[in-house]
Amino acid sequence: MVSLNSYLVVTAILFALGLYNVMTRKNAVGLLMGVELILNAASINFVAFSHFNGNHVGGNVFSLFLIVLAAAEAAVALAIVVSLYKQFGTINADEADSLKG
Amino acid sequence: MPSLQDLAFLGISAFTLASAAGVAFSRKVLYSAFSLLGTFAGAAGLFVLLSSDFIAVTQVLIYVGGILVLIVFAVMLTNKIGDVKLSNQSVNYKVAVPFAAAIAILLISILTSGMWVQKDEAYTSMIVPIGNALLQDYLLPFEIVSIVLLGALVGAMVIVRREVK
Repeated sequence: MVSLNSYLVVTAILFALGLYNVMTRKNAVGLLMGVELILNAASINFVAFSHFNGNHVGGNVFSLFLIVLAAAEAAVALAIVVSLYKQFGTINADEADSLKG
Repeated sequence: MPSLQDLAFLGISAFTLASAAGVAFSRKVLYSAFSLLGTFAGAAGLFVLLSSDFIAVTQVLIYVGGILVLIVFAVMLTNKIGDVKLSNQSVNYKVAVPFAAAIAILLISILTSGMWVQKDEAYTSMIVPIGNALLQDYLLPFEIVSIVLLGALVGAMVIVRREVK
């Protein structure tokens, strides 16, 4: 029988991979993919906890809201990336430093 | 003797983690985007194993059908296709590798230290409970999230639109 712990290990590794991606990428779209990995790990965790708590509905609903918010985040962030590219001709996250004092 | 469910779990999680590694380590951003497809599909499989069929379908519809298409669009719009090579440079992995590995080890050792009380549940469809919960206990968050979605929709269009005088 697959236990809760095996799901937790899988999502911990998924989270670490997403964290690595966020820390190393220069490409802003690549950064966003890391954020998506982290969000996915979190939502699998919510569902796993609710499943092993007697199929409680709360984790499922929370995970649903998480997916919706991830969609909103992706839409706005990618719009920002596209307009960044139109403005500066680059999507390198290091070069977008106009606000630097 | 591993049961069929164990085998399915092992296969799906190996697939998910392999494609997540593809996202994290691929040197071309387009390959990362296509690896992300595998991660989302694998996560949907894990949701099915966790008896959350509705979340699995939502995951496929929204992530694969929406977010991934958006990401591929953004990649195509912003990268000159000519220099797809090395379009996804990695920097400072001397810091990132130990840090991410330390976080992973810390999380795994804390989470598996065996303090969870678990009730093993058989597979049951969650569609009816989710529908009831969304329209009873979670009605206010449900409405707020639709306003958030509307705001994100309008905001994204305002950000990328072209100024017309």
